[in-house]
Order: sequence, then C-alpha cells, then structure tokens
Amino acid sequence: MDMNQYLSMFIDESNDHLQSLNEKMLELEGSPEDIGIVQVIFRSAHTLKGMAATMGFEDLAALTHQMENVLDLVRNDKLKMQNFIFDTLFKSLDALEAMVQDITQGGEGKADVSSIVAALQAIVRGEVPSGEAGGASAEAAASPAASGPAVSKEQVQLDEFQYSILEQSLAAGHRVLYIEVSIREDCQLKAARAYMVFDLLERSGEVVKSHPTVQEIEQEKFDRSFSLYFITEKDPQELRTMILNLSEIEEAKLVPVDSDTLTQLAAKSEAEASETAPAAETSAELPAADQTAASAGDKEKQPAAAKKIVAAPSRTIRVDIERLDVLMNLFSELLIDRVRLEQLATEIKSQELTESVEHMGRVSSDLQNIVMKLRMVAIDTVFNRFPRMVRDLAKSLGKKLDLVITGAETELDRTVIDEIGDPLVHLLRNSVDHGIESIAERIAAGKPETGTVNLRAFHSGNHVFIEIQDDGKGIDRNKILASAIKKGVVTEEESRTMTDEQVYQLLFAAGFSTAEKISDISGRGVGLDVVKSKIASLGGHVTVTSTLGEGTLFSVQLPLTLSIISAMMIRLGSEKYAIPLSSIVETGIIRKEQVRNVHGSKLIPYRDAHIPLMSLSRFFDAPDYSEDDEEETEIVVIRKGDRLAALAIDSFIGQNEVVIKNLGKYLPQVRGISGATILGDGQVALILDPNALIK
Amino acid sequence: MAEQIKVIVFALGNEEYGIDVDKVRTIERMMPITRVPKTYSFIKGVINLRGVVIPVIDLRGRFNLEETEYNDQTRIIIVAVGEMEVGFIVDAANDVVDLDRDSIDSPPEVVGGVKAKYLDGVAKVGDDRLLIMLNLAEVLNRGEVAHLEQLED
Repeated sequence: MDMNQYLSMFIDESNDHLQSLNEKMLELEGSPEDIGIVQVIFRSAHTLKGMAATMGFEDLAALTHQMENVLDLVRNDKLKMQNFIFDTLFKSLDALEAMVQDITQGGEGKADVSSIVAALQAIVRGEVPSGEAGGASAEAAASPAASGPAVSKEQVQLDEFQYSILEQSLAAGHRVLYIEVSIREDCQLKAARAYMVFDLLERSGEVVKSHPTVQEIEQEKFDRSFSLYFITEKDPQELRTMILNLSEIEEAKLVPVDSDTLTQLAAKSEAEASETAPAAETSAELPAADQTAASAGDKEKQPAAAKKIVAAPSRTIRVDIERLDVLMNLFSELLIDRVRLEQLATEIKSQELTESVEHMGRVSSDLQNIVMKLRMVAIDTVFNRFPRMVRDLAKSLGKKLDLVITGAETELDRTVIDEIGDPLVHLLRNSVDHGIESIAERIAAGKPETGTVNLRAFHSGNHVFIEIQDDGKGIDRNKILASAIKKGVVTEEESRTMTDEQVYQLLFAAGFSTAEKISDISGRGVGLDVVKSKIASLGGHVTVTSTLGEGTLFSVQLPLTLSIISAMMIRLGSEKYAIPLSSIVETGIIRKEQVRNVHGSKLIPYRDAHIPLMSLSRFFDAPDYSEDDEEETEIVVIRKGDRLAALAIDSFIGQNEVVIKNLGKYLPQVRGISGATILGDGQVALILDPNALIK
Repeated sequence: MAEQIKVIVFALGNEEYGIDVDKVRTIERMMPITRVPKTYSFIKGVINLRGVVIPVIDLRGRFNLEETEYNDQTRIIIVAVGEMEVGFIVDAANDVVDLDRDSIDSPPEVVGGVKAKYLDGVAKVGDDRLLIMLNLAEVLNRGEVAHLEQLED
C-alpha cells in the first residue's frame, strides 16, 4: 500500500500530539494530582500509538505503548506521579520526537529505545501498589479483574455517586436510558465503531457509566457489545435510529430507566456491595444486571469523562505557505480586473452592470481581508516549545525558574515566525544559563529561590517586540570590558568612554563569551552573534538593558514585514501614500495665517504648544502638488516617542488595512519610506516611515 | 559542441541587446509606475507585478543614454538575478534568438555609449545583426551605483 500520501499527515499529526503531550506533561508536573490531565495525555499517547502502528513504525508504537502502560496505572490511581517518572516520560517524549524527526527526514523512524522501555517497564512493575492505603485492597484488586478481557455478560455497575447523578437527572426531568449496543461480528475496528457510538451519544447527552469502561473499549478490550447508562433529552427511538445509522452496528437496545427501578437498583447494590466487598473479583461474574459495588478506579474516571465532552477539537487544515502566496498574488490580479470592470461599467452607464460590479467589489474586499489574515500566525507556535526547553535547562543546571509567557497570541507573518525560533532559543538559553543565578546565589542575594524569565510579545507601531527578561544577576559591565580588552575587541582607552549600551552590544560580537566556565548550553561565544545576524537579516535588531543584580532585558524588535497594518491613505497630487495609523495622533486643517516661521522652520500651534510643520510634498519632491498656494491645508499630526510633528498633505482618502510589502532587494533604503502596499486598484502606494520624518 | 542559449532581444535606441532567457521572468507592457522619491533618477519607481512589488529602472537612464518618452512599443523586462527582481524599461522587446555561446566575442571598450563592464560580449546573429549581451550582475550592482552617485555629487 502506498503510504506516502499519509506520511506527511502522520508527521504533522504526530508533531501536534507530541507538542500537546509536552504541554500537558508540564501542566501535570505543576499539578500531579489532576487525573484529568493524565487522561488527556493518555489519549494523545494512545492516538500516537495507533497512528504509528498503522504506518508501520514499530519502535514508535512500542515506546508509546510502554508510556501508555505507565499512564494507565497513574490514571487508575495505582501509581503516584513522581519526579523520576516525569523524567522518564519526558525522556520518552524526546525519543519519540527524535524518531518522528527521523521519519520527517525520510528515515525509518528506528531508534534504540530499549533503555527507556526498560525504565518504563520498571516503573510499571515496581510501582504497582499491592494495596492502597486505608484498607482498600479489595478495590484495588477489583480493577484488574474488571479489565480482564473475558466478561461473560454485559452489565453495568453503578456506584453511589453515579446513582445520585441518575437520580438528580430524573428529578430534573431528563431521560435516563440503559443502552446496549452490539457490533457486527465481522467488524474490523470495533474500538473505532464504539468510539463513534460514544461520540454520537456525547453530542446528545452524557454517558454516566459504561461497561466495559471507555478506556477498555478504546483498547478493544471488549467482546462484541457494550452497555451504558446515558442521560439525555432526546427521544429513545430517535437515538436508536441514530446509533443504528452508524456502520457495522448490529443492534442497539434502549431501555428507559425510571426512578423506581433506580431505587431498587440502588438498594440491591448496597446490599450486594456489603456482601461482595471482601471478594470483589467475583463481582464481574454476578448475574444480575445493572448492579454491584463500584471500584475505586471508576470513581476516578467519572470526572475525567465529563471533561472529555468539554474539549472540542480545533477545526483547522494545513496549507502549504506557497499556495497562500499564489492565492494572494492571484487575488491581486483579480483586483486589477475589478477596477477595469468598474471603469467599463461607468462608461457604459449600465445600471445592472454597475450594481453587480459594486457587489463584486464588496465581496472582493471581504475576500481581501481574509486572504491577508491567512498569512498571519500567532507567535504561540514558536513559544509553545519553550516551556519544555526551559524546564529541561533549569533542571540540568540545578536552577529553579518560572517561564512566564505573555502575548503568545501576537500575530506575525509566517515567514518571520519560521525564522525567529532559533534566535529566541539562544536568548532564552542565555537568560537561563547566564542570567538566572544558582539557587544558593539567589538566596544569598536575598531573592526568591525561583527565578523568573518573562517572555513577552507585543505589537507596537510598525514593529513586533519580543522581550526576554530575567530577574537574574544582570550584566557586569566591568567583566565584559575586561574580557573584551583581553581579547583585543576594544582598547582600554575606548572602554572608558563606552556607554552601557555599547558595552552590552559587545556581547553580540563574534567569538565573545564571558562565561567563566563553559557549559554545554551556552557560553562558547557562539550564539549571541548568530542571534544578532539572524535578527538583522529579518530586518530587526536586538537591544539589551540591564541592571546589575536585578536582571537583564533582551528586546528584539522585528518589522512587520509582509504583515498587515491599519493605515491612513492620503493624496499628494496624483500620488497616494499610506501613513501607519499607529503613529498618527490626529488629523486636522490649518489656515495659512496660523503657520509661523521661526528660524527658517515652520511651526503651528497644537494644543498648548507649537509643533513643527513639515511639507511632505517638498520632502518627497511631489511633482504636481504643493501646499504653498492653499489657504487651508490638511495636516496629519504624527508622533515618534514623545515628539510630535505635523505633515502638510493634499487630502485624505480614508483608512485602510494594508499589506506591507518591501520595495524589492534592488532599491536602497529610501529615507521616509518603510515599504509599499498594493492598493485595491492594483497600484502600488508607498508607506511612510514617520520615524524617519521626525528627527 | 558549443552550448546553445536562448536570448531575449530588446532594443535601446539603435542598438539591439540580449539577455539570457533563463534570467528573464516575464515581459510586460508599460504599466502604471509608482514613483519612489529620494532615489536615483533612473529608478523610475515600483510596479505591482501580480502581487509582488518590483522596482523598475530605465535602462537608458542606467546607461546614461538620453531618456525618451514611453510609447506602445515600450516594454518592461522583468529579470531575476539571485534574489533580486528588477524591471528594465526598454524601447522594444520582440524577438527570441538561439545563440552559440562560442559566437559571443568579448566587447569593445564602449558600445553604443554603454561601458564595457556592463556587457558580457557581442554576438553576431545572422549576417548583419549584432547583439550586445548584458552583464546583469554588473548592471544591477548597487555598490557601483553608489559610487556613480558620489562622482556626480
């Protein structure tokens, strides 16, 4: 069978699952008691195993299988999560990642995982408790018996908790159904069919209890049928038809349960429970349906099952970025034709044509918005791998630290997202390795044991800022200078007059490192110079601010290349320009007599002060416009930091969302222009760079 | 065996020039050009070529020839060198010829007022046609442009 077409899908989905496994594991590490998270992890691992086995990646499947075994014990409360278990599981995840990586690069996905598998097996063997504390040995014993494959008769055992749920539902006027579903004998994927049934049911109500349990059904640990208690509002007949409509379902029996039967069941069950508790293993063989004591494991599963309903899968598809580019370009061509049509319609003066062209115009501007937004990706896709990385780093360095991420939803153009990952990894490693002190040092300095690294992303003006701030020891200016002088980067003379900022920039010089001892994380003098050049190649730059003893802030400023900004479109005679809305303070009109000449420059009153008035037409040598002969001039007040200036322009066109495009590699940097955008009529308009206009 | 190449032929004034067809992306009719202020006079501005903003230079201006009015013969040849895409405004472009690489001779010092360094050579086509092969890398060399600019100042 040709698997190639599935391979890329497999790789994508595996990466997703690995990512979510990593995230959830970290979450679990924060709250090891939360069985709900374990359930999610288990499901991810289980899906991964299934996919790997289908694709024939045996090692991958084998490893996930062992992980599953451990997780299974955890979620059944037979194993408490402990540090070494976390470590082993994280190691397994790394091994899985390596294998998927190998597959991505065309390999077989083979790897020697025997040591990890052995470690996982040891956890399974060594940590199965013979009996839970509190004399619940019978309950512990009950679970393995229940999970045995041979279940003679379909039956559902309810515990008190579940009874009370059912009772309350009945009291609230919901229907309670006892459902038995059997699957056709020749069915190949029983678990999948059962899953479909559950999926269907969970959409129209709530499954209170099933036998065998959901997990066992998922593992195909059931014969041909399963039964469950179900709360719903729907009509039983309708439900039955819905279930039978699923393929390969042989029969579905739906029996409504009323409060009388329920109390009966409860009474019986109580009696039974007291009898059978000492030897709960036999409960599986009890003939009477719908009753008996519940095992401890079932109680644990209940809240988790409820949680599963809440988590709706996100509905996305993956698209090759090149296709988006093609779409974008095709769309621009469409716009040109639209404008031509508009012109034709006006010439022909056909009412109907004009109307349909207008409608087309509205549709295409909606389309334009969507196409533009398609390229934007939340920086979350870069950030989401950092928590794990920082955790591992901190652990290997024996430090304690929190990574606080804010602004992960900040959107950046896809091309920038693809490139920015590595530089950020370097900076983060640098902060963890060099910034944050060891625990002892922190205590000595009177700081909390746990260091904090803040990772922030936000839009500001035409730029996206990504900041990495630690509360570590800060940068020691003298140490850097000493090292720089020793390496001959600067002379002693020079060093005296250098500003702090200049000194910090030395960190980014090639071959420069101040780490006293070389760690395998950072400190070999490679890294920061690479970071700088990478960011520079993206058109951005890095700045450093630091306070000795209090911490360091690395701020990466990236241009919004290819991204979308809101801009004010203006006219200068026949030419159109876009001014980024983010730097506009306000717009207005001034009369000629309000303009004052002071020392050869023009000033206009603005609020309580005077601000310079700049002639945009003169600055850009506009061929067919000058505001000099106008009595009243439209102005745009722009801002750079706390400085303001007014630009005299011809007229306003309106506000627009525009895509920033660069002017092409050939053109040198043009002062006052930050890029170009393509207007609705297919023409290019230049985007002003207000920062360059205010000196 | 001499290597055969295909060459796009375009006209500037009375001369015919050639560019290797591999370097040419498309040939467009004259279209609206957005002026880019504060740059060299031969850079006419930028155009929107199917969603990509591409700078356009007047090849006459680039070679210090007298610039003329554009007419319906005027073409913009979009060339790609490395990662650079640039449009050349030329008087006309209407031919593709096959050439032996061997038939390209090294250029004389000045051809039609164009400095030899911008040229790859001169090729003879048929009996009486001379084709001047452009050295695109030099034509698009910005360092050289900056130098030029300094001389003018």
